[in-house]
Amino acid sequence: MRLSKEDIKRISDLARIELNEEDESLFAEQMSGILRIVNKLDKVDTSGMDQMVTPTGFTNVLREDIALPSLDPKEALFNAADREGAFFKVPRIIEVD
Amino acid sequence: MFEPVIGIEVHAQLKTESKLFCSCSARFGASPNSNTCPVCLGLPGTLPVLNKKAFEYGIRTALAFNCKVAEISGFDRKNYFYPDLPKNYQITQQASPVGVNGYLDVVIDDETRRIRIKRVHLEEDAGKSIHEGGDITGAVFSLEDYNRAGVPLLEIVSEPDIRSPKEAYEYLSMLRRTLLYLGVSDCKMEEGSLRCDVNISVRPKGSDSFGTLVELKNLNSFRAVERSLEYEVKRQSELASENKEIIRETRHWDEEGQTTVGMRRKGLAEDYRFFPDPDLPRLIIGESWIEKVRSDLPELPGERKARFIRDYELPEYDASLLTDTQQLADYFEEAAKEYGHAKTVSNWIMGELLRLMNVTGIGIESVKIRPCDLVAMLKMIDKGTISGKIAKTVFEEMFTQGKSPGDIVKEKGLVQIADEDELTKIVDLVIQDNQKVVEQVKAGKDRAIGFLVGQVMKETKGRANPQMVNELLRQRLAGEN
Amino acid sequence: MKLSELGAFELLPMIKRKEVSVEEATVGILNKIKAVDRDIQAYITVTNEHALQRAKEADLRLNEGKPPRPLEGLSVAIKDNICTKGIKTTGASVYLEDFVPPYDATVVRLLEDAGAIIVGKTNLDELAMGSSTESSAMFPTKNPWDLQRVPGGSSGGSAAAVIADEAVFALGSDTGGSIRQPAAFCGIVGLKPTYGLVSRYGLIGYASSMDQIGPMTKNVRDCAMLLNVIARHDPKDAQSYTGEPVDYTQFLIPDINEVIVGVPKEFLNKGLSKSVKDAFMKALNKLEGLGAKVVEVSLPHSDHALAAYYVISSAEASSNLARLDGIRYGYRAAGCEDSASMTAISRGKGFGSEVKRRIVLGTHILSKGNFEKYFNDALKIRSLIFRDFEKIFKECTCLVCPSSPTVAFRIGEKIRDPLEMYLSDVYTVPPNLAGLPGISIPCGFDEEGMPIGLQIITKQFDEATLLQVAYTFEQATDFHKKKPQLQKYDCGSESTRGDRNV
Repeated sequence: MRLSKEDIKRISDLARIELNEEDESLFAEQMSGILRIVNKLDKVDTSGMDQMVTPTGFTNVLREDIALPSLDPKEALFNAADREGAFFKVPRIIEVD
Repeated sequence: MFEPVIGIEVHAQLKTESKLFCSCSARFGASPNSNTCPVCLGLPGTLPVLNKKAFEYGIRTALAFNCKVAEISGFDRKNYFYPDLPKNYQITQQASPVGVNGYLDVVIDDETRRIRIKRVHLEEDAGKSIHEGGDITGAVFSLEDYNRAGVPLLEIVSEPDIRSPKEAYEYLSMLRRTLLYLGVSDCKMEEGSLRCDVNISVRPKGSDSFGTLVELKNLNSFRAVERSLEYEVKRQSELASENKEIIRETRHWDEEGQTTVGMRRKGLAEDYRFFPDPDLPRLIIGESWIEKVRSDLPELPGERKARFIRDYELPEYDASLLTDTQQLADYFEEAAKEYGHAKTVSNWIMGELLRLMNVTGIGIESVKIRPCDLVAMLKMIDKGTISGKIAKTVFEEMFTQGKSPGDIVKEKGLVQIADEDELTKIVDLVIQDNQKVVEQVKAGKDRAIGFLVGQVMKETKGRANPQMVNELLRQRLAGEN
Repeated sequence: MKLSELGAFELLPMIKRKEVSVEEATVGILNKIKAVDRDIQAYITVTNEHALQRAKEADLRLNEGKPPRPLEGLSVAIKDNICTKGIKTTGASVYLEDFVPPYDATVVRLLEDAGAIIVGKTNLDELAMGSSTESSAMFPTKNPWDLQRVPGGSSGGSAAAVIADEAVFALGSDTGGSIRQPAAFCGIVGLKPTYGLVSRYGLIGYASSMDQIGPMTKNVRDCAMLLNVIARHDPKDAQSYTGEPVDYTQFLIPDINEVIVGVPKEFLNKGLSKSVKDAFMKALNKLEGLGAKVVEVSLPHSDHALAAYYVISSAEASSNLARLDGIRYGYRAAGCEDSASMTAISRGKGFGSEVKRRIVLGTHILSKGNFEKYFNDALKIRSLIFRDFEKIFKECTCLVCPSSPTVAFRIGEKIRDPLEMYLSDVYTVPPNLAGLPGISIPCGFDEEGMPIGLQIITKQFDEATLLQVAYTFEQATDFHKKKPQLQKYDCGSESTRGDRNV
């Protein structure tokens, strides 16, 4: 499957990254190349195989429900580009559901 | 004729000390961003570690709703961008929820309806956006508070089995009652610890097809759910009967106007790109773990109600009311066990106690009358120390003062007068002062005797034993003949 | 030999015996950085003051008679995708240029508690995505053996710093070869531990199911020393191994008589350069000469490893990096109307090409219709690869292969072609998919004097065997003793305090 510039535009919207036109074309080209190789995976017989999410397969890792001190809000906000009082400030949110 | 097809998704915040994946406090009401840490702020490099209690609450709830508990449960990432979502993905349980295929029995008009529960799963809550200017559309900027981000939520999704707004109301009430009994959530809608989204469509009665789904939002109370559904059923049925199109959309409940307002078309379904979260190992929930959680389950509202009917021989109505909350049921049960005659206890609780609680707005947990005080008072009535009428006064005093009935009766001199000589004197005095009435009685107007009894009671400030007064009056009047 | 050139195992006893103060040792390293880093550019941040202060504190402790800690006074370089409290952690990304973490990665805590002195944060491919350190948004790091060449990546800064004696040792991170490939390119020892052996808490996530932090050192013994400190269970990483801590130095015994070494035949085919193949064959002979039995084995699904790796790692990365949205930290584009476009533009400007390409690729892979086809399939192939390894380890003690098909390539040579670049990880990726430990140790030089690495792989949590085989080979060879000619960059401060000859 070849990806078009429009595909890249749609995917980068989903990934919330603004690409310039040059990147869009370049990525369409490069990703198509990568996917050509990835598509070969289709031909591998994987019947009966589980999906291995992590290689060690640990299970039941839980922590006790104990509340510990949080960050000082000053520290929490230190790296924010914009803040107001103890809040992080963002440009208006346009609801898109 | 059209019938509604309703499904409800409930999000309940779990009552844990800490958040679902980090050790920040999960408590409501802290100052902005003071319950945050690198993990729940989604700082680079941080990792989630699952809260054991929250997960066990999940199992507990799944069992309470008769779900099949997953043998293997896990967490997935739901990817979408929103400023209140620190990692821009929500850790949730898409592929392997903790419980599936359960049900909740709801009694409506003496009939039991079984609402199937599709799934119960855990997920993390998002933070809170405050839109400057209050309205999202008019705001220039928004402020983010991540205290709530990462607080454990339990999502309980019903099958579309609900067939009326009233059923929706009863389902939610029973669900809430069950969660409260389980002790897993505060279920305070006003604090957002219980939220619900409702899906509704209509179809011709008897059909098994599904109509166009409309999602209702901004439902801040169970009443709002019921009203908005009533409105929607009407709106959709009208459109359907006129063969007009029902738009698939989200509609906002306008509490003031008591209407639903269309917000936007549900456009292309969002692509959440779910995949298993590699940071969180899977959970294998063995039989022994399930049994351990099951053995800790409290008696659930339905079970308790049935037991009250069976063991205390209460009418269905009483049992329903008394099991509304665990505390009220406990209260009843403590008193009933001590006193013996359960129906009398029930009458006092449903009558006087609930009335006073209603008037004062005091919840059962803050009521000053201890169950043993109620029993003591009932015993005083039985012994004739106080009259039933006086008892109501005593009860009110107990409610406001928190004193024992004995003390109140003593302090206020409310002991019943059952001394024949003392009463005879008063009766004679009343006869003397009310000759006209006495004549009427003698003339055969038997009912007028009630007035004379009343006068005696008035003289004794209600303390006279009414039975004795009655007898004495009749004796004296007969004797005068 | 100068102080800065000493390995940890040589320097530590001197510090313990107070022949050298921690301050002297630290100054030696800081001076070396001053002298050579303008050319090598291994560091993004040098923590001069922090290091000197910590050094003085360490000396004070020692002078008070407190017992020396396991890494007392040893200068360590930290890859700049590992969070350090109060010290900028950029991930070599414009997006995180000014990010100062309010917390320490677990490994950083462990190192400092063990007495190590952090001298700086090293360069990497942006957010660890790359194999040459050229995709760093800061600058490319040069290979100290030849400044025209890349040091490998993504832990290129750490590898270069270690071989150029700008640190006693360093931490790198490895998702698909990012420790072992630059270790090979720079002629040092680089270990990617078993997935879960070292805590990932504080490592900026790239591909969560494969990321591991590991030691990059001048020799195998230093590697064991550093691993001793960082291989600890961490309750903050749910994938952290719960086994008891092990003293890995006890396995540094030059004996491989019982060892059966497997050589995957698939790894000796196409793409392998002649010089690397020659060096590898000689290494095999050496291993045989040392008593090991060498057998040919097969990894039938290794052909698909690279593709599966790019599917899984890109998918995970696309989700892991979604948190970089311009709100709580990091770069925010100015003047944006609404929050969605603010995030999109900030990410567009804050990320370089390689990162954007992988995020977009990963997003595509996870999106509707592709998830089943690509992602689930790749996870199944991962199982197949895991099973292949399992079979091999029934008959072999370890596997060996080249760390990379070529020696360090020239700067700019592959940056235009991602596919070509990805191929340099072809031997390192399979262990990441299967969670196995892998080490790269020097095993020769090509005709132009560029170092060549030998990769050794064992089964999960068998770092003991891994280190023993590596140590045995190292002790029988001199490759690790050779140093790049950097004298000309030295500022001739032979007598400067802290860089005296020893």
